[in-house]
Amino acid sequence: MVYLTRRAEFSASHYYHNPEFTPEENQRIFGKCNNPHGHGHNYTLEVTVRGEVDARSGFVMDLAELKAVLNREVVDAMDHRFLNEEVPEFRHRIPTTENLAITIWQRLEPKLKAAALHRVRVYETPDLFVDYYGEP
Amino acid sequence: MKAHLTRRYRFSASHRLHSAEMSEEENRRVYGKCNNPYGHGHNYALEVTVAGPVDARTGMVCDLAQLDEFVGREVLERFGHENLNYLEAFERVVPTTENLCAEIYRVLERGFRAAAIEKVRLEETMMNSFEYCGPQEEQGVASRE
Repeated sequence: MVYLTRRAEFSASHYYHNPEFTPEENQRIFGKCNNPHGHGHNYTLEVTVRGEVDARSGFVMDLAELKAVLNREVVDAMDHRFLNEEVPEFRHRIPTTENLAITIWQRLEPKLKAAALHRVRVYETPDLFVDYYGEP
Repeated sequence: MKAHLTRRYRFSASHRLHSAEMSEEENRRVYGKCNNPYGHGHNYALEVTVAGPVDARTGMVCDLAQLDEFVGREVLERFGHENLNYLEAFERVVPTTENLCAEIYRVLERGFRAAAIEKVRLEETMMNSFEYCGPQEEQGVASRE
């Protein structure tokens, strides 16, 4: 079993707000991230797939295919977007880094056929990242 | 759904690697330059990983402000700009980065209640890093060159 990791970058804005909370609760729990005009990050995404190395190609999976899926499902959908408004999953899900990792997993997992998705890592900043392994 | 959140911090401290159980000559042989009696320092980079279910209402594994406050008070203020050899935790323990990593894990495990501590990773330099996941999973990974 070999693990292959591909990195991608995208920049997007978001804010944290739960309509079930009062304005005071939203402010207390989310702090500066509650600003309704949003704020932005340069996200770095690391997607790790795992599989056996194909004897003929020497690949775990075709990198061109992985790049195409990452671009279509994540970069094109999220780069230079306001996540809360422009990515359907975040209309009813707060776009925290945790939920971003889960959402990216859910977008990629059904599209990857050649190798199994192992881990989605999302860096919000160089000092904060979340790993999701598809655990329930 | 279970997610794993890692936060990265930095602090600087000095230490001297010297064991009271070894002769002077043995100390010099085992620890080399790190045995210099005057000590030396590092810029440590600390990664704390917490894991748990993502709260449906907040979208978070852990309130980051609470983690920052706890790590700031219990780790960064305690170890930052200190000579580790003079701290209580290292009175009888050599302040290698292995031992410092495990000590930080224990501090977090004992006192932090907002989420489960999964792993502490400590970089001594860009070339050396150590990980500790608690006594159940002795997964210490070290690469020392």
